Amino acid sequence: MPTQNKAHIEDIEQRLLLDAIYHRYHYDFREYAQASLKRRLRTALGEFDCRTLSQLQDRVLHDPSVFTGLLQYLTVQVSDMFRDPSYFLALRSEVVPILRTYPSIKVWVAGCSTGEEVYSLAILLHEEGLLDRSLIYATDINPHALRAAEQGVFDLDRAAAFTANHAQSGGRSSLSDYYTARYGRVVFDKALREHMVFSDHSLSTDSVFAEVHLVSCRNVLIYFERDLQNRALGLFHDALVHRGFLGLGSRESVRFSAQADGFDDFVLADRIYRKKAEL
Amino acid sequence: MTARAPDPRADAQAAASWDAIVIGGSSGAIDALNVLLPALPAGLRAGVVVVLHLPCDRRSLLPEIFGYRCALTVLEAQDQQPIQPGNVYFAPPGYHLLVDRGPRLALSIDPPVNFSRPSIDVLFQSAADCYGDRLLGVLLSGANEDGAEGLAAIQAAGGRTLVQSPESAPVRTMPDAALALVPAARALTPDEIAAVFAQLPTRRLP
Repeated sequence: MPTQNKAHIEDIEQRLLLDAIYHRYHYDFREYAQASLKRRLRTALGEFDCRTLSQLQDRVLHDPSVFTGLLQYLTVQVSDMFRDPSYFLALRSEVVPILRTYPSIKVWVAGCSTGEEVYSLAILLHEEGLLDRSLIYATDINPHALRAAEQGVFDLDRAAAFTANHAQSGGRSSLSDYYTARYGRVVFDKALREHMVFSDHSLSTDSVFAEVHLVSCRNVLIYFERDLQNRALGLFHDALVHRGFLGLGSRESVRFSAQADGFDDFVLADRIYRKKAEL
Repeated sequence: MTARAPDPRADAQAAASWDAIVIGGSSGAIDALNVLLPALPAGLRAGVVVVLHLPCDRRSLLPEIFGYRCALTVLEAQDQQPIQPGNVYFAPPGYHLLVDRGPRLALSIDPPVNFSRPSIDVLFQSAADCYGDRLLGVLLSGANEDGAEGLAAIQAAGGRTLVQSPESAPVRTMPDAALALVPAARALTPDEIAAVFAQLPTRRLP
């Protein structure tokens, strides 16, 4: 069989598989960036001992535990704490002074995965003296990732990188003040968790659930196609208070989106935007 | 398929059907790119996408550096950007760069492949899926084996594959690995690849 037919058939299979997942489990990956999904699905084929995506589809439809396993391949992004330290530095120096003026502060980390960014923001807010009046909503579509995030437990061998990032992000304390290390793991202080709410939420299918002052959603939109990016940015716009802030990944932008007119550049180099004043 | 043509002009004729050129390299590849990219003619019908392994800084100077020396527009790849003929796109540091349906560019922060992000395999495999036999893949000097499997995917999809000849490469690990895995790939010096590029079909310019 010519290879190009094979690629074409694989595309059909991928579409059918994503349709099957949507109809059976109500997870909607149909508007995710397909090339990245394809790479992940090819990896998953080996894991589930399937030769084709059609075979995988059969197993996913009839065995929910296979879907649960596949979900780990389709959704989990590994991030670092204080990834892109300059982003956190810009939050500290430019956004925090304005957040400080609110009696209570709500933050939404959309697509929080295993929670690295949630803990980073909680520590930053604590260092700035704002955590006591802050609440961080951390949402993801993957229940396993959410449970892991809620635990606040990370491998000890990642702590050195986290510590270096934290120092570069303008950290005012030592990261080790916030965790205890044991059995090859670091466990973050439960006091941080009192200011976090973890919840299942899909940027594809769910709507706005709260009013927030800052949305941080980094390196999630790159996994979406344009229409879904627009939907997510629309949710962020609706969730934000008057003149609220939006932080994206270092290669993400509102500029070419349907929401381009809804935001002003705030710290462009670090992809921090501010909701435009409504006329 | 016809036998491989010995002279660059025959390649250029076959290239009429190429919609894209993907280029990958690591240690020592900048020297080759300095020869290759300026050889691309104005009005090129193909889009050009480049992954170069670099230290993971936030900003890459490559688009500026090569922009001055090229007849084509040189850009840093942006997520969801349509691939336009006659543009050269460089992968941003720290992100995988993929070709997605459209064809458009897509970024990901999936884990490194072959210890590399961006990975040449990730670009080449996704481009092979998208362009099939309308793709030219070029792999340059480098110190690891990233790119070999991607080049094999391009070859398997009916595309054409060129490798910097190991003798002409400052670091030959990458070309050696690719030629071992893809015997049908042609080994050429940077000057020879530049000669192929110079003959690529162009749009008539106003």
